[in-house]
Amino acid sequence: MIVLALATAILLLLSFIADRGKTLAGLKKGAKMFLNILPALLSVLILVSVFLYVFPAQVLTEWLGRGTGWAGIASAALLGSISLIPGFIAFPLGAILVRSGVSYQVIAVFITLPLEAKYFGWKVSILRNALSFTGALLVGLLMGIFL
Amino acid sequence: MKNRAIVIMKKFAFVVLFVMFIAISHMMRFPAGMEIGKNFRLFFLEMAAILPLMFILIGLFEVWVPRERIIRHLGAEAGHWGTLWVILLAMLQVGPLYAAFPVAALLWRKGCSVRNIFIYLGAFTALKIPMLTFEVGFLGWKFSLLRALFSFPVFIAIGFLLAADLKDRPFAVKEPE
Repeated sequence: MIVLALATAILLLLSFIADRGKTLAGLKKGAKMFLNILPALLSVLILVSVFLYVFPAQVLTEWLGRGTGWAGIASAALLGSISLIPGFIAFPLGAILVRSGVSYQVIAVFITLPLEAKYFGWKVSILRNALSFTGALLVGLLMGIFL
Repeated sequence: MKNRAIVIMKKFAFVVLFVMFIAISHMMRFPAGMEIGKNFRLFFLEMAAILPLMFILIGLFEVWVPRERIIRHLGAEAGHWGTLWVILLAMLQVGPLYAAFPVAALLWRKGCSVRNIFIYLGAFTALKIPMLTFEVGFLGWKFSLLRALFSFPVFIAIGFLLAADLKDRPFAVKEPE
């Protein structure tokens, strides 16, 4: 995080020294792209906030955690960042959440999907997530054999 | 000018309504609203900490890196090295997956191949260094190493599959408007 901020600051400074006009044009483009995606992004964040209120992580874990076993553990980790549910909520739940991971992440995918579809279209986004999920199950099976 | 203001207002209407709902909840001590507001604040802070920086970097990349260079190194003819480069790029990133989409759109505009775009997304979900350090902390080295090892061929295969599937069809990574 701090690394990212520092790197951005340094690059920005270098760019500014090298070519002021070019830098400003780049910043303008970046800002425009950011503003274009912002409403959709905020709306998705709102929906996730409401969703997590209606289904708190603990409740979800209890419901979905039953019987997912080892495959669940590995897929949860692989799918970890497909989710919009960030580490500060997911990881403190520790092993329990990890075990229920598959189902939890599936829901998370459905929430991120509208954003992905804005860039890639619905068909490709759904296909990619379906493939990722299948891949996660595969990795989960392998992990189950080796761990 | 006035039309543009109306368009922007329309776009943010849902967000404004939500913020009003949270504010009123706080005034009325409405617990559900306050709890939802707390959730939203966490998500918003995560987003606000990362995305503006990302878009600054994307903007700089846009003006400084020539398209020919990306085509040469990450394009359809770039081979294994291109794949390696996008994986490294993904590993160095931070943030939730939605931070990867605008980067994917940028790479696409600059001529990165379909295969490498999807490998980039796969590597982002599976091999981000900030996520790996988290994972090692909670689940241990052995777990993380094995998982990284197994997921590697999986997301590369997904890249090849999607590229093959989209080869004869019109496909473009769009920039949301």
